[in-house]
Amino acid sequence: MASDMQTDISGANAPHPSGDIGDVVLRTEGLTKHYGGVHALQDASFEIRKGEHVAIMGDNGAGKSTFVRQITAVEQRTGGKVWFDGRYVEFDGPLEAREAGIETVFQNLALADHLDVPDNLFLGREKVLFKLGPFSILDYKGMREATLAGLEKTGVKIPNIRNTIQHMSGGQRQCVAIARTATFHSKLTIMDEPTAALGVQETAQVENIIRTLKEQGEPLILISHNMRQVMDLCDRIVVFRRGRVCANLRKEETDGQDVVSYITGAKTQDQYADAA
Amino acid sequence: MAEATHGIGGLTFDASKRNLPPEAGVAIALVLIVVVFEVLGRILMNDSFLFNTRENIDGIFNVARLQIIILQVSIIGIIALGVTQVILTGGIDLSSGSIVAATAMIAMSFAQVGEINGMENTRAVFGSGWVDLPVILPVVVALACGMAAGLINGLLIAYTGIPPFIATLGMMVSARGVAKWWTAGQPVSFPTESYAAIGSGMMPVFVFVVLAILFHLILRYTVYGKHTYAIGSNEAAARMSGIKVARHKVLVYTIAGLLAGVAALVLSSKNLTAQAGMGMMYELDAIAMAVIGGISLQGGRGSIPGTVLGAMIFGVIISGFTFLRLDAYYQEMVKGAIIVGAVVLDQWRQRRAAAKA
Ligand SMILES: Nc1ncnc2c1ncn2[C@@H]1O[C@H](COP(=O)(O)OP(=O)(O)OP(=O)(O)O)[C@@H](O)[C@H]1O
Ligand SMILES: [Mg+2]
Repeated sequence: MASDMQTDISGANAPHPSGDIGDVVLRTEGLTKHYGGVHALQDASFEIRKGEHVAIMGDNGAGKSTFVRQITAVEQRTGGKVWFDGRYVEFDGPLEAREAGIETVFQNLALADHLDVPDNLFLGREKVLFKLGPFSILDYKGMREATLAGLEKTGVKIPNIRNTIQHMSGGQRQCVAIARTATFHSKLTIMDEPTAALGVQETAQVENIIRTLKEQGEPLILISHNMRQVMDLCDRIVVFRRGRVCANLRKEETDGQDVVSYITGAKTQDQYADAA
Repeated sequence: MAEATHGIGGLTFDASKRNLPPEAGVAIALVLIVVVFEVLGRILMNDSFLFNTRENIDGIFNVARLQIIILQVSIIGIIALGVTQVILTGGIDLSSGSIVAATAMIAMSFAQVGEINGMENTRAVFGSGWVDLPVILPVVVALACGMAAGLINGLLIAYTGIPPFIATLGMMVSARGVAKWWTAGQPVSFPTESYAAIGSGMMPVFVFVVLAILFHLILRYTVYGKHTYAIGSNEAAARMSGIKVARHKVLVYTIAGLLAGVAALVLSSKNLTAQAGMGMMYELDAIAMAVIGGISLQGGRGSIPGTVLGAMIFGVIISGFTFLRLDAYYQEMVKGAIIVGAVVLDQWRQRRAAAKA
């Protein structure tokens, strides 16, 4: 169903985004999500261009994770339009979003407790020796090797990848989730509070992974409460407040103090004022 | 990488000290239970549970008893293989016993002989035109019936969001109704020779073992197996990772129905008759085998070898009670206690695992 909705952006039936799409990787217009009476996300317009690293900030409950869940089709949006990689998309589910090239570290990590590291890394897109529909034979060796390579690439250290996730510390679990996004080539990476549970060393490690993405020109949406981190790693900061976007700030035109005043609602940018 | 000192916090990891698999615990329990019956037998009955004590037969073990044990658990064991997969996804299937009855009634109707001792078989369900059919027909009918019932379970659970407990409870009642309605309560008997061969002798054991190996391999080595564990372990994570959870559940329940269909074939063939009341409470026995075998009712943990061991424990206990000449009433009471005990043990293991992490 979704595939015939994914008309080329220039197609006659595709809704046209206002303005130039150019090198935009992801654009949303009026993205809205209501949970019954809860307006968790309201009219969120957002865009990220090739090679750009954009931070999303905002208080707890501001709608940041909700925004991520709509883009990645974990949930179906109430309203609004999304373009990704040059076309209008209505993903039918998370698998389609992943296959289209969106890799996500979800805030709740989305790991299966009773499975080991390679199983979790390849969950939903297992390597197979030969295809037999749902009964395709798993390529355990290939997945183990790719996992070790992926962990090596990201510098993430796990004592024994054959251990189930269940017995790992919060930080280790987070590392597994991050290694999962880094193992697969993607067009857009989204990380929802990737360093929330990490120690100093591990945080530095994750920040290095993010810098590597930047060097490779891969775009990233980083959700974080850590001002220093955001100022260090991102080009632009989008602030969410009460389910709405209330500011879109270039790093060089702002500072921590300024961002905080948007987060707390002391300030609102002119173009968002009427909505708030 | 066995000796490497690495990992977060620079912890060391000793690969030689891995935890025993939970199946090992079940196997130890099996041995202990056998030992208990052996000792009780020596004391109370002055006889051996396990070993051959008769003069006129060669051999160390009481082969006859061992055969009876595996024979009586193998048919419910076939059901338990399907129930295991359902429980691994975090679900439950209460309908298997009724599906066995309905399927057996319908399939057996396609397997009747035309003549009994030279007289026309007047009890043929479809009349004299539909008798002495090739055995493939009732086999296909049985598998199709089982799958259809499982498919309905799966669709209900996956797409209406009702709890598996309720959906399969409904199927349990309805399928029993179908079994009674099919012949207005009359048993279906006199199968063809080739149909009777399906469940004769040790065939049920053979079918059980082959299916157990097959599904063990499937759960261990295929994408289907991985997704089954993933869904039971963390359904939301499975969905976020792109697993089509609803579709997978439909498949799992359909396979459980299919296995109930196989059990119906074997059972009706072994008994040479199908009755609307057959397979009563089989679903609970099958769940008990899985739970005793270490399949966690919360999903995500356990294995087919565990269920096979659970089935063996189940069989040994029933056989042991018969050996000690205890009444069937006691058997049922103890069976109930064992099921509850196994679940308590599982919760306790779970808590201990959580405390360690
Ligand atoms: N499934 C749901 N049903 C009802 N309300 C929900 C649901 N999911 C989220 N919400 C509500 O939507 C609002 C936004 O939640 P969201 O998780 O997007 O916040 P957030 O910005 O990610 O916060 P945090 O920084 O704490 O992660 C919250 O008020 C939350 O209670
Ligand atoms: Mg959040």
